[in-house]
Amino acid sequence: MVDSAVRISNNDVVALADVQLWPLPRFIAAIDVELAGGARVVSYFAHHGGTAKVELWCVLAHDDRGELMVLRSHSDAEFPSLAARHPQIQLFEREIYEQFSLVPVGHPWLKPIRFEPSWRDHAASAAVIGDFTPYQVAGEEIHEVAVGPVHAGVIEPGHFRFQCHGEEVKHLEISLGFQHRGVEHLLVGGPTAATLLQMEALAGDTTIGHTSAYCQLCESLGGVKITPAAARLRAIALELERLANHVGDVGALSGDTGFLTTASYCGSIRGNILNLSADICGNRFGRGLLRPGGVNFAVDEALAQDLLEKLDAIEDETNGAIALFYDSPSVLARMDGVGCVSMAVAAELGLVGPAARASGLVRDVRQHYPGVADDDFTAAEVENAGDVQARALVRRREIAASFALVRQRLQQLPPGEVALPVASLLPEHIGVALVEGWRGEIVHVAITDDAGRFARYKVVDPSFHNWSGLAMALRGQQISDFPLCNKSFNLSYCGFDL
Amino acid sequence: MLKIIPERFRQGYRTSAFPRREPQLSARFRGVPQIDGGKCPPTCHYCVDNCPMQAITRVAGKVVIDLGRCLFCAKCVCPHDAISFSADYRLAVRERRQLQLSADDSLELAQPLADELRRLFGRSLKLRQVSAGGCNACEADFNVLGVPTFDLGRFGIQVVASPRHADGLLVTGPVTANMRAALLDTYAALPEPRLVIVSGACAISGGPFAASAVAGNGVDELLPVDLYVPGCPPHPYTLLDGLLRLLGRR
Ligand code: SF4
Ligand code: SF4
Repeated sequence: MVDSAVRISNNDVVALADVQLWPLPRFIAAIDVELAGGARVVSYFAHHGGTAKVELWCVLAHDDRGELMVLRSHSDAEFPSLAARHPQIQLFEREIYEQFSLVPVGHPWLKPIRFEPSWRDHAASAAVIGDFTPYQVAGEEIHEVAVGPVHAGVIEPGHFRFQCHGEEVKHLEISLGFQHRGVEHLLVGGPTAATLLQMEALAGDTTIGHTSAYCQLCESLGGVKITPAAARLRAIALELERLANHVGDVGALSGDTGFLTTASYCGSIRGNILNLSADICGNRFGRGLLRPGGVNFAVDEALAQDLLEKLDAIEDETNGAIALFYDSPSVLARMDGVGCVSMAVAAELGLVGPAARASGLVRDVRQHYPGVADDDFTAAEVENAGDVQARALVRRREIAASFALVRQRLQQLPPGEVALPVASLLPEHIGVALVEGWRGEIVHVAITDDAGRFARYKVVDPSFHNWSGLAMALRGQQISDFPLCNKSFNLSYCGFDL
Repeated sequence: MLKIIPERFRQGYRTSAFPRREPQLSARFRGVPQIDGGKCPPTCHYCVDNCPMQAITRVAGKVVIDLGRCLFCAKCVCPHDAISFSADYRLAVRERRQLQLSADDSLELAQPLADELRRLFGRSLKLRQVSAGGCNACEADFNVLGVPTFDLGRFGIQVVASPRHADGLLVTGPVTANMRAALLDTYAALPEPRLVIVSGACAISGGPFAASAVAGNGVDELLPVDLYVPGCPPHPYTLLDGLLRLLGRR
């Protein structure tokens, strides 16, 4: 029955007419079978198809074959939940419920996720932020610690509830939505002139990652193939973004283990890496660099040379600074065995990115769904222990790999144009774009209307999958392990909240 | 420990000579726009039409850019060469209206606080940061002021965990519907007198998501603002320059 499903690769498009609308039972059964067979949910969302019913679209990934399966169905009030059998789908089902008031029947954990108003039922009042029933552990000696939305440091808002027995955390519940800006709503009817700027600000530390996915969609739906020079510059920018964030996070981990030397060096070094992006496009976060059809800035010989020299110096400083951290027994002892997420749990939760790879899962878009400029990417960096130390080690190896990739790519910049015009988007098509951002898999899906405008634009930030990983990592840990575990994931609030 | 000492030498002294010496920013950095009114043909609307943020108007023939809405994307750079972006990173002002930059005009950079407040905060300012729908780039480039390169502490400015210990709020983000109550509660917890500093286009005007019904349109719809720092995000030096001007130290 799944045989007749549409199968595509990363950055492919399909005419809506070519994706059969399956009856709901067949659609759900197909997802169930595929997930049981090892597939992953990369996107699952509802969409107002213009009829009274709401369409359901699901994109499943078969990493081993580099294949994406697109399934489509519809419903008017409810659909069977698969969350109890496949926890990786639970948040997607809740999102469908929150956005389109379709009830996932049998969902064991049906709560608001962003506290956003319903897209469909305008009369329904939105849930009030923070108004939910947290999971509670009962018992006389149990106490609850609530933190946020406003935290002690300079970070985004979120609400955390720890159920504790003494110092031991029995359960952590994370409730977000404070950063919700209604992004997906705003994207309907686009692309407009503002769309690109909104993509750059989906998650500020992942400007290049999200904007790449958006540009790839516009290009595949617009029938444009960007030039090798543009593709190379994008691939460089993506690795610089990974480097800056990983180095910053090693510094943050270092700060939270009380090892301030590396913390302060990495803080400065991260800035120097951001400045390389600014050398290319004038902005430290890569704002203004990408555009559908290519990039806005070229890198000539002289600039490439200058960047290479700076990169060498930065790499030396980074290696020196982080070696102190990774070679220090007290640091390693602090991270060893803390915040463990086993491979089985990581797979069940559908984790992505360094968090998945630290638990032994080989998941990397650059490996399984490579883009045009990924031909020089060799293999995902994997660790097995699944603890804070493993996540730190994956970061360390990815830092080394990204330095090598940036250097290699800067040394062989293809000549030629860096931007091509993009025609209007194909009407009534669906496109899927995957990018391996520094936190993991970024997925953008666009469905166009009869005029080639976005009828639906779905964004999945890696944090959407990974927050549940952080919650699980805390089980059985001390409450004082939270900052360390949190930094080892360093997830995005605004990327989740959208 | 023994390894730390040589590494310490290699990493060297990193704190910049700012504000004694002007910082070196990247050559492509986009700072204060310069509008050469003489180059604008009388009926031209290129920049007005091309700005994705509707930040530009033409008032009595003069092009005016609202730097509170501007994301420094440079889409307004026109074939007549009338708009360009200078390397000047100094952008912070005290009042919202001062962000309306007219052709051939310059910005009125932030004036110091009144004497009494300056006496209180000039040498020690404790700030509580609230992210209210920001994309985390504004937050990141405020956070970065704490690293050795900028070393915010040497100016007596410090980030504190509790609003009760704070002299002011530094707010980023447009103030989403879901963050409004938390922001107001945090503000209410600050002892008086208290300052409000807003950093980034989001916190000034709603930024890239201004058109959304739930994103919010900036902080000054809710709280009195003492310092506006434009940018998306503002460069760390833009923010630092603004803070020092506010304290009368530049
Ligand atoms: S740089 Fe500012 S004024 Fe110019 S187009 Fe972009 S947002 Fe508008
Ligand atoms: S102003 Fe720009 S950088 Fe700052 S929070 Fe808003 S979108 Fe992000």
